Amino acid sequence: MTIAFYVASAVALFATLMVVTRRNPVHAVLYLMVSLLAVAVVFFTLGAHFAAALEVIIYAGAIIVLFVFMIMLLNIGPPPSTRQESLLLTPGIWVGPSALSVLLAGLFLYVILAGGRSVQAGSYVDAKTVGISMFEIYFLGVELASMILLAGLVGAYHLGKRDLPDEAEGGNG
Amino acid sequence: MNETLGTLLIIAFVILGVLHVAPGLIWLERRLLALWQDRYGPNRVGPFGLFQVLADAIKMFFKEDWIPPFADKATFILAPCIINVTALTAFAVIPFAPGWSVVDMSVGLLFFLAMSSLGVYSVTLAGWASNNKYSLLGGLRASAQMLGYEVFMGLSLMGVVLMSGTFNLAKIVEAQQNTIWYCVPQFLGMMLFLIAGIAETHRLPFDLPEAEAELIAGFHSEYSSMKFGMFFIGEYIGITLISCLMTVLYFGGWDGPTFGISEGLALKLVQFGWFAAKTFVFLCLFILLRASFCRPRYDQLIAFGWKIMLPLSLANLLITGAALLALE
Repeated sequence: MTIAFYVASAVALFATLMVVTRRNPVHAVLYLMVSLLAVAVVFFTLGAHFAAALEVIIYAGAIIVLFVFMIMLLNIGPPPSTRQESLLLTPGIWVGPSALSVLLAGLFLYVILAGGRSVQAGSYVDAKTVGISMFEIYFLGVELASMILLAGLVGAYHLGKRDLPDEAEGGNG
Repeated sequence: MNETLGTLLIIAFVILGVLHVAPGLIWLERRLLALWQDRYGPNRVGPFGLFQVLADAIKMFFKEDWIPPFADKATFILAPCIINVTALTAFAVIPFAPGWSVVDMSVGLLFFLAMSSLGVYSVTLAGWASNNKYSLLGGLRASAQMLGYEVFMGLSLMGVVLMSGTFNLAKIVEAQQNTIWYCVPQFLGMMLFLIAGIAETHRLPFDLPEAEAELIAGFHSEYSSMKFGMFFIGEYIGITLISCLMTVLYFGGWDGPTFGISEGLALKLVQFGWFAAKTFVFLCLFILLRASFCRPRYDQLIAFGWKIMLPLSLANLLITGAALLALE
């Protein structure tokens, strides 16, 4: 299981790196899917089978499909030039993010070194435990998240709504 | 060691079995369709026309394997592989008889849903990679249809999960043996799952992604030779998978009279026989559906999924939960 954990982590890191370096948007999204699948394997090796299954069903199987769907619908090809990206490669822009990342990496190292050697949880978490903690301990958080999602849904409905007949004159409706 | 050997045997059995069932289904479909339409169907090659499938397979292997120069090559080749890999992998959690499954997974049902949701990529990517307007339209239709129907497919299965209290498919069968086959208390859920299953495998009447009258052949217009064959076989593997799940989830899996046999390999074989017989009935049902329904319009199909099936599956979940609480 430990070997599977490290292999999956390596795949996730490599795939994520490929996501940001691909020029073809569909290829980038496919690498993102591989990255999510690798994260699902990481969850599985840590004993969170339920979370692993949901990761594949929701992220890899639904959200990334929507990404592909949108790219297909808008027919986005590779960008004609990388001028915009090359502007991002000037050293000045990198100072702030790099400093913050180093700070985060330092914190992460401190937590690992201070909190003991084992980072792996290893205990098996079943669906029942997840359900109980979601609807008892984290009840408020779940409800708040669902309200944010509802707001998103209402917003999407509003944007996608057809024009009223008297407003649609001049257009094709 | 013995256990590993047993698992390997089951894997070999599943792969060989399923890959032989799929071509067999092509013959069965053509013969049954002919029967229901008052024709003979293929009956010249070999006994009952059985070798027709073999002849077709040889023809398909020797056709030119053409990749269009305007296609996105890597994705074009990847697409037909995905549908077969996901469908075959999903068979890993199906319990064919007590103890006869590749893995006895605690989240087996979710594993099936995960694999079926990954199957969407096959059709979508095939449509995109072909770089052809008709294929693209087919791919777009497929992804919208499969995403929409996947949502209530998962919800319709939750009734079974509530009643049995587990995601493990073998335990769901055992729960049915102790009480009643879930086709009775979960009749609505069963119908919803069946309709979602047809849409997921994009079979007639839900074969809008390849509607040959409007889109030539939709997402696989540009595919030839065995790459087309992979889509073809993948579709039949999908049908077999949905039929197996109908058996496991709603019709008691391997449950059935054992004719006084109470132990050993003979018992397992009888139980597997029941499983296979029930699955066969659903396979025939899939073919009958193709013979008897016409294709809906695309907007009707999507509206049907979101406006009728989704609320119905939510209602099913609500009623099942309420009834279980009341009976407790």
